[in-house]
Amino acid sequence: MFAPAILIQAVINGVLTGAVYALIALGLTLIYGVLHIINFAHGALLTVALFAVYFAYKVLGLDPYVAVFGIAPLFFVLGYGLQRFLIGPAARGDDRNVMLVTLGLAIVIENLLLYAFHADTRTIDVPAGFDVVDVDGALLGVSRVVGFAAVIVLTLLLWALMKLTDTGKAIRAVAKEKLGAELSGIDVAHIYAVTFGLGTACLGIAACLLIPTFYVNPTVGQSFILVAFTIVVLGGMGSVTGALLGGLFVGVVESLGGLFFGETLGQLSIFLVFILVLLVRPTGLFGARA
Amino acid sequence: MKGWLAILAVSAVLTCVPLAGASNVTLNFLVVAMLAALVGQGWNILGGYGGQYSFGHAAFFGTGAYATAILQMRYGVNAWVAFGCGIAAGAIVGGIIGFLVFRSGLKGSYFALVTLAFAEVLRIVASVTPITGAGVGTLIKLDIRPEAFQFQSRAVYYWIILLLVVLSLVIAERLEQTRFGARLMAVRENEDSARALGVDVFAVKIGATLLSAAITAAAGCFYAQYFLFVDSSIAFGSRVSVEALLAPIVGGSGTVFGALAGALAVRSLGEVAKIVAGDAPGIDLAIYGAVLVAVIAFAPRGIVGLGATLWARLRPREQVGLAGSSGRG
Repeated sequence: MFAPAILIQAVINGVLTGAVYALIALGLTLIYGVLHIINFAHGALLTVALFAVYFAYKVLGLDPYVAVFGIAPLFFVLGYGLQRFLIGPAARGDDRNVMLVTLGLAIVIENLLLYAFHADTRTIDVPAGFDVVDVDGALLGVSRVVGFAAVIVLTLLLWALMKLTDTGKAIRAVAKEKLGAELSGIDVAHIYAVTFGLGTACLGIAACLLIPTFYVNPTVGQSFILVAFTIVVLGGMGSVTGALLGGLFVGVVESLGGLFFGETLGQLSIFLVFILVLLVRPTGLFGARA
Repeated sequence: MKGWLAILAVSAVLTCVPLAGASNVTLNFLVVAMLAALVGQGWNILGGYGGQYSFGHAAFFGTGAYATAILQMRYGVNAWVAFGCGIAAGAIVGGIIGFLVFRSGLKGSYFALVTLAFAEVLRIVASVTPITGAGVGTLIKLDIRPEAFQFQSRAVYYWIILLLVVLSLVIAERLEQTRFGARLMAVRENEDSARALGVDVFAVKIGATLLSAAITAAAGCFYAQYFLFVDSSIAFGSRVSVEALLAPIVGGSGTVFGALAGALAVRSLGEVAKIVAGDAPGIDLAIYGAVLVAVIAFAPRGIVGLGATLWARLRPREQVGLAGSSGRG
């Protein structure tokens, strides 16, 4: 067996990775909670975000932690536009159509990226990429600690946005009772697009936090999409706290699974958890509403 | 009766293509298009007629392909027998997945997600277990004899896959006429109403999954036999799952000819794209994705639906004929 120190290190690393997973899942669950749709383009949009951060660094020389302040609003606008002018009108309110439209979108995005940039895997070397801090014997990557802290702050910000602002109130109203919200003068199409924009902005931020320790290629989003779905399902579709807890949980499962069974089977453990949860308790482990 | 005549006419025309002196390249294109049509028809039974949108039909395709290849290469089973076993294996996997998933009452988006996850699990397992050849894949030994299901002429392969496609058309046509098909469509339209009318929803869904999985597995078996090679991403990759739903949705889901029309259309587009853009990776799939979005936005009933609409518009014009023609201008 492994020494306790290694196990603790694996758990902590899992938590740190899980935080970024949680951020990706946060976007997905937000979109699900309000629009009640499954966004299959989520992974592909993350890939776009990673490419954007990559080129911001390579071409403009922007550090990812600086670029995030441009990328996040940019991706908000992108998500808003996609939902308002493409997904919404094309799907005409049918859930199955939404699945297929977002799937089609994902295929188009991934393959255009493949066409433009080929299958090469790219990385960037930011100054702090490999710095580590020693916390009580466990070596932690600085960028992953930053990522973790950023996710916590973002979750709080998102929570505040939902609870304290008028837009947040409108989003919650639409999520609860679409028709009622519409009757009281809320522009549902606008709120849908705003929510989609917020979910996409989460991806922009996640990309900035990921890239110092991660890579980018046209299909990288695929490896995240089922993980993100797993987290969303674990946490209960539409639940923000569920996404955060689910993300941390999946991060730890993957990290420990990888430690005990190797990397490929570590991934397998996530999918098995996913299938099991869906089969046994599709409302999620953390008791969120169905 | 009209439906049967249409199937007869279409299969007669398609049967004659090799006789008209089609080149090997054309035949290869047609074989691959028919393969896509067969995979799509499998999806169409469950997704089009049953309303259960699977995003993981690769699970059945891959099972068929691997079963055919492994039984031949590791256990010396005759290729034709292995083909049959492959279909059965696909149906069994379909039965197991269907049982688990429908027992838990998963539908809609959840159904799509869980089927996707099953296909991914199979892909990962196939990429590491020794019996599938792990990352290397499984090669079927070249042995060009009819007994070994290997032929010199591509035309023979084409006729075999065409026969399978025609069989799948017949199955869909039967589905539209039998009680089982009516129950399946009732489940698609409104599950609760169907149950209230006494339809055993669970049994109907399982039946449709078995049929759907068997058809898609047959395509997988044929793939292995035609290309003589299977690996985990070919067999269980998401590309198969995407193409499975693409063909019937583009062609017209829940129709007899939808998958066939869609597969021919989509594959032709892919070829045109390759000619225009060169053989660059990704361009054909990018176009498939765009077609998928465009079809849902502008032609939700697919090519078959478009055809029906056009036909309906043309006919009254003919009937009104002389009287109405000036008014239409």
